[in-house]
Amino acid sequence: MSTLTAPEAPTPVVGGPVIDLRGIAKTYKTGALEVTALRDVNLRIETGEMVAIVGPSGSGKSTLMHILGCLDVPTVGEYRLAGELVADMGEDSLADIRNRHIGFVFQQFNLLAALPAWRNVELPLVYTAIPRSERRERAIAALDQVGLADRVDHRPNELSGGQQQRVAIARALVTEPALLLADEPTGNLDSSSGADVLSLLHQLHDQGRTVVLITHDDDVSRAAERVVRIRDGQVSEARRGDLR
Amino acid sequence: MTWRDTFLTGLEAVRLHRLRSILTVIGILIGIAAVILTVGLGKGAQAQVKEDLNSLGTNLLIVSPGSSTSSTGVRGGAGSASTLSQSDADALASRTTAPDIKSVAAASSTSEELTAGTTNWTTSVVGTEPNWLTIRNRKVQSGRFITAADERKTAAVVVLGSDTASELFSGRNPVGQTVTVNGTSLEVIGVLESTGSSSTTSNDDLAIVPLSTAAKRLVGSSARTSLSSIYIEATSPSTITAAYQETNAELLALHRITTTSSADFTISNQQSLLTTVSSVNSTLKVLLAGVAGISLLVGGIGVMNIMLVSVTERIREIGVRKALGARPRAIRRQFLVEASVLGLAGGLCGALIGLLGAIVIPHFTSTRIIFSPEAAAIAIVGAIGLGVVFGVYPASRAAKLAPIDALRTE
Repeated sequence: MSTLTAPEAPTPVVGGPVIDLRGIAKTYKTGALEVTALRDVNLRIETGEMVAIVGPSGSGKSTLMHILGCLDVPTVGEYRLAGELVADMGEDSLADIRNRHIGFVFQQFNLLAALPAWRNVELPLVYTAIPRSERRERAIAALDQVGLADRVDHRPNELSGGQQQRVAIARALVTEPALLLADEPTGNLDSSSGADVLSLLHQLHDQGRTVVLITHDDDVSRAAERVVRIRDGQVSEARRGDLR
Repeated sequence: MTWRDTFLTGLEAVRLHRLRSILTVIGILIGIAAVILTVGLGKGAQAQVKEDLNSLGTNLLIVSPGSSTSSTGVRGGAGSASTLSQSDADALASRTTAPDIKSVAAASSTSEELTAGTTNWTTSVVGTEPNWLTIRNRKVQSGRFITAADERKTAAVVVLGSDTASELFSGRNPVGQTVTVNGTSLEVIGVLESTGSSSTTSNDDLAIVPLSTAAKRLVGSSARTSLSSIYIEATSPSTITAAYQETNAELLALHRITTTSSADFTISNQQSLLTTVSSVNSTLKVLLAGVAGISLLVGGIGVMNIMLVSVTERIREIGVRKALGARPRAIRRQFLVEASVLGLAGGLCGALIGLLGAIVIPHFTSTRIIFSPEAAAIAIVGAIGLGVVFGVYPASRAAKLAPIDALRTE
């Protein structure tokens, strides 16, 4: 399997789909009990798309997010991320793929409280071979991109919720990943900073980035041009217009 | 992830939880300081013993009258019988009968009162020969020692030990002065240099006179011809055993005794003393090493404990790092470095405390502690090792956490 995207190379891989899920199923075994979280999921997301994956809790939404984020591997089926086949390939390789191709934005922000903003943004680069001086430069550039150039040395507890989520977005952007994967990015924010974050994601989409939003909130999904619904472990698609 | 980044991350975690880190470090510190002081005490005691024995004279054998064996009640205790004579000493001095003996000094010692002006002082007056000085490894601080001429002339001269001199003359120069013993006036011709040894106090409190003077002028009747000890110097450290055997055989023959077990004299040497003292020392050392080892173990368990707490507390951080692309190895290293930084800090502080202890403690007690840099280096390396060994389990637990589970934890 060749690497199509070098860690430093900018997105996107022009042409092929960023995400290509074929016949994905995931079953969890707890003792004798088997729980099917996903069944026969087929999904293609092209480069530069902004897609919302919407579903109520218990729908298999989190499982799908974990598989998309290479935090978990499917029981059945084939997943290609930016052309790379993701299989049960061992923790090291999965870690490398996450580092190279995916920028995570979590509901809880998940910033490290002890580190200033730029060190948080730098974090994914620490696990690459990029030298220190360049890491700092890139972290500051990413913070600038999300409008926090003046908050470089602030610690998370000195920032508002909206600002913290923007630091998290900068952290997701800093590796120039093929995919921005945002899991309920507005779930912990008030409506106005939530709207800020959504418009930032939108802006990034306009710059050509591939954004996948996972949410239970129809208002959030309206920000996306394409909505994938998930219910009982199965996906169904609806064009944006159909929701209105 | 480079080692530099790993190290900085580990260091940061230690700094972030300052109090917790300090407490853990104290745990290790106590262990390391204990090890260093134990080794230092052991070395100090050994050096002390060696020095004490060397101050008695090198390659020295001492023959005392009487047997120290307690098998029969007939013979007197060691030192009290009068079974050694000048002829014994003369026979041993012969190169033909005892080729491994370099020189011999006969000595008779009695306790007498010395008077100088209005001051008097009771000490042991030793009548001996000129080569006593070299055999006993002593030096003259001022004046001169007794000579063969003094011996021949039964000269009324005396050489004082440094303590005796200061007791009698307190500050004045004793050389040329006169002391009176049993009504006999003796001229002080010299003062011995202090041995500086603390354990054998009598080494500096004595008065030396020629053997003939002691026998003819100072001591009466029975003690006249008997000796209280014969000092023998072997030709080299390797011939001590041979010299011992020659002495033993010669004296048995002279005293017409057939079996060694019924000998009426006792030969002692430094080696036998050294062995006794070091066996006592090594018992003590094992005991102290045990205590030091246990405190090190307790320190190590402290590291493990704190690292487990640290891992549990930072599950979320571990999850985030893993989601962002940290391999399990990077996480494991991060926590191992954290543990070894604790170990290193404990080792360095422990070595410092040990060094301070080695300097300060001897000022309050008579114990000597020798700080050994090698032991300190080994202790510091050991402390890092301790951190690593006891950090392995918590670190691999952190590395094995599944990123999803780690992220899910509140």
